[in-house]
Amino acid sequence: MGVEGIGARVVRKEDRRFITGQGRYVDDVKMVGMSYAHFIRSPHAHAKVKGIDSAEAMKMPGVIAVLTGQQIVDDKVGNLICGWAITSKDGSPMKMGAWPAMAPETVRFVGQAVAVVIAETKNQARDAAEAVVVNYEELPAVPDIKAAIKPGAAQLHPEAPGNIVYDWHLGDEAAVKDAFSKAANVVTLDLTNNRLVPNAMEPRAAIAHYDQAEEHYTLYTTSQNPHVARLVLSAFYNIAPEHKLRVIAPDVGGGFGSKIYIYPEEMVALWASKKVGRPVKWTGDRSEAFLTDAHGRDHVSKAELAFDKDNKILGLRVKTHANFGAYMSLFSSAVPTYLYATLLSGQYVIPAIYAEVIGVYTNTTPVDAYRGAGRPEASYLIERMMETAARQLKVDPTELRKKNFITQFPYQTPVIMAYDIGDFHASIDAAMKAIDYAGFPARKAKAKADGKLRGIGISCYIEACGIAPSKAVGSLGAGVGLWESAEIRVNPVGTIEVLTGSHSHGQGHETTFCQIIAERLGVPISQVSIVHGDTDKVQFGMGTYGSRSLAVGGTAIVKAMEKVEAKAKKIAAHALEASESDIVIENGEFKVTGTDKSIALPMVALAAYTAHNLPEGMEPGLKETAFYDPTNFTFPAGAYICELEVDPGTGKTSFVNFVAADDFGRLINPMIVEGQVHGGLAQGIGQALLEGVVYDGTGQLVTASFMDYSMPRADDLPSFQLSHTTTLCPGNPLGVKGCGEAGAIGASAAVINAITDAIGNNKLEMPATPDRVWHAIHG
Amino acid sequence: MSTVKLTVNGKAVSVDVEDRTLLVHLLRENLNLTGTHVGCDTSQCGACVVHVDGRAVKSCTMLAGQAAGCNVTTIEGLAKGDELHPMQAAFRDNHGLQCGYCTPGMIMSAVDIVHRHGGKLDEETVRHELEGNICRCTGYHNIVKAVLDAAGRMKVAQAAE
Repeated sequence: MGVEGIGARVVRKEDRRFITGQGRYVDDVKMVGMSYAHFIRSPHAHAKVKGIDSAEAMKMPGVIAVLTGQQIVDDKVGNLICGWAITSKDGSPMKMGAWPAMAPETVRFVGQAVAVVIAETKNQARDAAEAVVVNYEELPAVPDIKAAIKPGAAQLHPEAPGNIVYDWHLGDEAAVKDAFSKAANVVTLDLTNNRLVPNAMEPRAAIAHYDQAEEHYTLYTTSQNPHVARLVLSAFYNIAPEHKLRVIAPDVGGGFGSKIYIYPEEMVALWASKKVGRPVKWTGDRSEAFLTDAHGRDHVSKAELAFDKDNKILGLRVKTHANFGAYMSLFSSAVPTYLYATLLSGQYVIPAIYAEVIGVYTNTTPVDAYRGAGRPEASYLIERMMETAARQLKVDPTELRKKNFITQFPYQTPVIMAYDIGDFHASIDAAMKAIDYAGFPARKAKAKADGKLRGIGISCYIEACGIAPSKAVGSLGAGVGLWESAEIRVNPVGTIEVLTGSHSHGQGHETTFCQIIAERLGVPISQVSIVHGDTDKVQFGMGTYGSRSLAVGGTAIVKAMEKVEAKAKKIAAHALEASESDIVIENGEFKVTGTDKSIALPMVALAAYTAHNLPEGMEPGLKETAFYDPTNFTFPAGAYICELEVDPGTGKTSFVNFVAADDFGRLINPMIVEGQVHGGLAQGIGQALLEGVVYDGTGQLVTASFMDYSMPRADDLPSFQLSHTTTLCPGNPLGVKGCGEAGAIGASAAVINAITDAIGNNKLEMPATPDRVWHAIHG
Repeated sequence: MSTVKLTVNGKAVSVDVEDRTLLVHLLRENLNLTGTHVGCDTSQCGACVVHVDGRAVKSCTMLAGQAAGCNVTTIEGLAKGDELHPMQAAFRDNHGLQCGYCTPGMIMSAVDIVHRHGGKLDEETVRHELEGNICRCTGYHNIVKAVLDAAGRMKVAQAAE
């Protein structure tokens, strides 16, 4: 490795602009003649819109227009779509209710937009919105799964009787029944996976501009995948043909899944910009983020695990109800099915698995992928089951896991996934060593003497990243392919631009991707620029989610580089009068192996563009593109162990230590990888201890601000102790697996297992607030 | 409308704003100092922290008019030309930022924390003091490291002056 190549802890190239206040986020952009949008949102969870009176508002200063849901329907802007078709066990398609960008007739969650005010200033738009009178006829609302599936419950969509989106299953029901009939022991557990709000620190925003002369739209938007946004806005929402729509996602302040989707606000901004003939800017505030950003998780499950007399697992049966909220968001249908049930085997040999998933509409904000997306729910379920089983079977939880670990690879689970490689023993051994597992009983005894309840909790997660190959996901109902693209332009002076279809919103691509180039060519990363986030600059790409940017996007870069290098070697060989097969690349030079003859990259590049002396028949230029479709998912895995103390007097939890041993395959930049793990762990711990969405009985969101929804703060979290074990991914040339979601997938079970260990009561739901923990101790 | 006169990053400015304008909006909308961010609407997240007369202040909590006559420093005014403030350099060197959105407020708060505690900072104090700044990306691990690192660098820089 070079000093800036693969494996180097290079400080980030993008940091300078962020630490000096020069980052450029959507709300930082201004356009000449810009107007401002403010949405009028339903205060009711379920109601008929009987009328909208904007006469007074239109008289207010600065008001340009008040536009309603009926107008957007009249203008034939398409309804929002869900991009993954799921089929119920009876063979019927999923039941999708219509979701117009603004509601013309019926609102189904608090915060759903019914109209928008466009005005000269933000304050004028806000003031005028206060003067718009919307007449609602309230309807009964169902705020949670239990209420929604009750006989006689209020119905959200005529398309979905009983509020059921689908009733889906995976696995072999008969084989599982057989396994349970032979079981020596059966462990059962009811679990709730609490609903979360992603809360990227930058609220969503959009600026839309319509150029009348060119009939062309430009959209600045807080997106993780600008090309997908353009495709959906064009093909499904009828905003404009793709070549008449430019989507730019500049610096984006975090996403965690919530900025994958194409939301009503962007659609309305584009549509309104043509209607009013002005650029339209909308910047959400935090309250709007709570009400309208897709929420995450929200499962209620019953799980049963069967063991033989030697404590080997025989089978797993799971029944999960998944809350969809009021509408089916873009990838919502896949999250509790193919991103969840397919990971229920965890790290274990489970001969038979059967999972049923029932999707349910409720009068709440739509739910979709949030960091981990289905995999945290699966991991939480199986890891709480394993811990519960160890206690019931009276064996050490690490021993029970080790006894059931998969050790032979590739391994075909009964739920679609074929794990390519891993070493689960290595991860758990590393974590146990790091936390001094053997010394825990003595520490627990000492804590007891001090009046504290000390617990230790383990979580061995596995996840599937990359969310590909395209053919496989297509056969499972996905509406898109999940490959990635890269274009590499070697400029005539030898500097390099890498255009990637993935998008960085904190992941550090501008550094990591440069390191891949530096490794191959031996050039400093200062000579390389990463270009992303603009559909006018970059070829079509699929964006960033599912920890896919390096495994899929990085491989596309490698594939494009291979083409660049092959051509450059031909040019170098021609210039040096050597055989192409004798050319090697070192430190930015093309050398004839075994000689002192060489030519520097800039000279090769210049030769490519002057084209004065190229090999016979070669096209000028040095620029190549690759579209890479992976052959399998990647399978990051690891072991997390949490040690903590509970104060029995207050129920308050304090961390003693949190260790993580992850296997992400090869690390390009260990510093960035560690940062990703830290952030993921914080979100997993946040779910376990602090975060949880609360709706009241009428569907009002009670936790709608940072004063009511407990975000992890610096003093809520410990410093983390990280380590890595490595099995190289055989499915891609970099040997990488992805690291963005692991922490959020594995952490929550480790924390809850530790608390339940400490207090000696397994009945505890997330978030394990002091109040809940106290009651779990004292009844 | 009122005219507010104040000093921002060492430069005297005079701005006409609606009386209800918050300091953060004066900075962002009128002066185009977009490094100061808005991450919430309840004064919880700290993305908007600036220094007002040398003290860290959430600029969404202060009316622009209240800053009349004050000396305001924003993230754009922290470095000396090309030379980064030690806190900025420590955030970069310790990977104390990811998406960068909370970073300006985090850095401005952190500088104030070091000023108030001198060189006597430990992890627990830093974590407690950063309670008013929310980061969703880093899990705070590297932010805490960066602040402690910068505290050392600032002490050295101070001793050298």
